Amino acid sequence: MASLDRVKVLVLGDSGVGKSSLVHLLCQNQVLGNPSWTVGCSVDVRVHDYKEGTPDEKTYYIELWDIGGSVGSSSSVKSTRAVFYHSVNGIILVHDLTNKKSSQNLTRWSLEVLNKDSSPTRVIVTNGDYDREQFADNQIPLLVIGTKFDQIPENKRNEVLTRTAFLAEDFNAEEINLDCTNPRYLAAGSSNAVKLSKFFDKMPGFSDRKRFGAGNFKNLHYD
Amino acid sequence: MSFFVDSVIMFTSQVLFFGFGWLFFMRQLFKDYEVRQYVVQVVFSVTFAFSCTMFELLIFEILGVLSSTSRYFHWKLNLYVILLVLIFVVPFYIGYFVVSNIRLLQRQKLLFSCVVWFTFMYFFWKLGDPFPILSPKHGILSIEQLISRVGVIGVTLMALLSGFGAVNCPYTYMSYFLRNVTESDILALERRLLQTIDMIISKKKRIGATRRMMYLRGEDQNKQTGFWGMIKSVTSYPPGSENLSLIQQEVDALEELSRQLFLETVDLHATKERIEYSKTFQGKYFNFLGYFFSIYCVWKICMATINIVFDRVGKTDPVTRGIEITVNYLGIQFDVKFWSQHISFILVGIIIVTSIRGLLITLTKFFYAISSSKSSNVIVLVLAQIMGMYFVSSVLLMRMSMPLEYRTIVTEVLGELQFSFYHRWFDVIFLVSALSSILFLYLAHKQAPEKNMTI
Repeated sequence: MASLDRVKVLVLGDSGVGKSSLVHLLCQNQVLGNPSWTVGCSVDVRVHDYKEGTPDEKTYYIELWDIGGSVGSSSSVKSTRAVFYHSVNGIILVHDLTNKKSSQNLTRWSLEVLNKDSSPTRVIVTNGDYDREQFADNQIPLLVIGTKFDQIPENKRNEVLTRTAFLAEDFNAEEINLDCTNPRYLAAGSSNAVKLSKFFDKMPGFSDRKRFGAGNFKNLHYD
Repeated sequence: MSFFVDSVIMFTSQVLFFGFGWLFFMRQLFKDYEVRQYVVQVVFSVTFAFSCTMFELLIFEILGVLSSTSRYFHWKLNLYVILLVLIFVVPFYIGYFVVSNIRLLQRQKLLFSCVVWFTFMYFFWKLGDPFPILSPKHGILSIEQLISRVGVIGVTLMALLSGFGAVNCPYTYMSYFLRNVTESDILALERRLLQTIDMIISKKKRIGATRRMMYLRGEDQNKQTGFWGMIKSVTSYPPGSENLSLIQQEVDALEELSRQLFLETVDLHATKERIEYSKTFQGKYFNFLGYFFSIYCVWKICMATINIVFDRVGKTDPVTRGIEITVNYLGIQFDVKFWSQHISFILVGIIIVTSIRGLLITLTKFFYAISSSKSSNVIVLVLAQIMGMYFVSSVLLMRMSMPLEYRTIVTEVLGELQFSFYHRWFDVIFLVSALSSILFLYLAHKQAPEKNMTI
C-alpha cells in the first residue's frame, strides 16, 4: 500500500490563483482542461527522482495536497482545514501575479499552517502581520510560485517581478513564476525545473527526523 | 436664497453617502480582490448615494426640514437620476462586462453590450403587461411607466427576502433547533475524511506506478513496426490500461466522497460553535429574541393570509392607529400632532436603517458565496441593481407606514400608481416565500441528522 516514507507537501493560496491547475501540471505533465472550484482538499501524486544521477538515487512519491478556500473563511472552515496540516514536509505558496492581494494573503496562509504546528508551550501572539522572527526558526521548506505570468502587461512586468522577489526573500524561499496553461515553463532543464527539483530534494531529508506534529497531535495517518 | 442653501445641504449629504458607499465597496465587498475597473466602484457608490438620498428626503419630509418647494424639486431630480442609473447605466455596464468575459465577442464589445441592453429593455417593458399597475391616462413615455415596473421587481425582491428572513431569523437564533454534536462525532468524521484521502493517495500512486511501467514497456512495444506489428498492438492492449480506468473511476468516487465528508465536517464544526455560543450570555439573549421573532413571524404570516383572503389593504398606518388606541381606550391625552410626527420619524428611521443594514449584509454574504475573480465585476453590478430597485420599492411601500399628511409627497412625486396593488403583491410573495422557506428549512433539518447517523 503506502510506501514507507510519506512526503506531504501542502499547496496553499487564495481562491482562484490556479493551485489546481498547478498541481495538475506538476503531477500529470498536462494542462488542466476544465478547472473548477476545489472543495476541501484535492490530492495528487508526483513521481520524483531524489538525487537523480547519483548512486543515492531513489524514487519518491510526493503527495501534493491542494487545499481550497480563502484566508477569510469562517472559523468552522478553518478548524476543518486544520486536519490537513498534520505532519507536513513542505509548503508551496501560490499567488496570482495579476492580483496583489493574493500575494499579501500568503503571509496569513503560512501563519495559519505554522501556528497549527507550534508546540503547545510556545504561544504565538500575532496580529497577522509579517514577522520575520516567526519564519526564522521555521524548518519547513517553502516555495513561492506566481501564476498567470502571461497575463501581466509588458510595462508592469519589472515592477511585479521586483515585488515578488522581495516576497520570496521574506519567506526565505525560492520563487518560480509561470503560467499554468503552458508546460514550457517547467520544461526539463529550464531554471524553473531545476528550482523545483531542488525544493523537492529537500523533502526526503525530513523523513529521517521526526515529522512535525506527529508526537503532539493524534496521528491519523496509516503508515 | 433658501433654495440655494437647501441644495448645498442636499449635495453635501449626497457626497457623504457616496463616500460611505465607496468605503463599503473597498473594505467589505472587494477586500479579497483588486479593483481594476474603477467604473464599477463609481457606479455602485452612485447607486447607493442616490438611494440613501431618497430615504433622507423622506425623513426631511416628516421632520419638516428644508422648504417644501425645494424638497419637491429634489425629490423629482433624485427620482429621475436614479431611474436613469437603474434602467440605463447599470444594465448597460452589466452587459458590457459579461461580454468582456466571453472571448468570442471581444472585438465588438460595445455593439454586443448594446444588443444585451436592448434585450433587457424589451423584457423590462414586457414585465408591465400582466400586472394592473397603470391607469390608462398615462402616456407611453411617462415616468410612471418606468417606476411601476421598477416597483414590481423591487417589491418582489423585498417580499422574497423578507419572507425568508422572517423564517430564518428564529431558526438561527433559537437553540431549540441545534442538533447535539459531541467532540467524538467530529473526531470520527475527521478520521473518516483523512482515511478517504489516504485511500485516494494510494490509488493514485498505483496509477502512477502502472503508468510508469507502461511507459517503459511501451518503448519496447513501439519497436514493433510494420503491418503485422500494428495489428498486434491493436488487439493485445496491455492489461494495465483496463485496470487503470477502473482505478480512475474508484478515485473519482472517492474524491466525491471526500468533498461531501469535508462539507459535513464544516457543518459539524459550525454547529458545535453555535452550541458553545448559545451558552454565553449573548447567546441566551439571542435565544430569547428568537422566541419573540418566531411569534412575530407567525403573526405576519397570518396577517398576510387574512389580507389576501379578505381582500383588504390596511387603511390606517400603525402610528395613527397606535395613537388612536392610546387616546380612545387608555384615555391618555397628549398633543397628537407633535407626537405623531416624532413617533413616525422614529418608526420610519428604524425601518430605513434596519433595511439598509440588512440588505448590505445579505448582499455581502451573497457576494462572498458566489463571486470569483472573473465574475466579481458583473456580480457587484447586479447587486447594485438589486439594491437600487429594493430601495426605490421600500419608499413606495413605506407610504403605508406613514400618517396621511406625509403620504401626499410620495403620491405626488411617484405619480398615481396603484399603491394597493403593490401591497397585495407584497403579501402574496411574502406568503409564498415564507412557506417555501419553512418547507426548505424543515427538509434540510430533517436530512442532517440522518447523514450523521450513517457513520
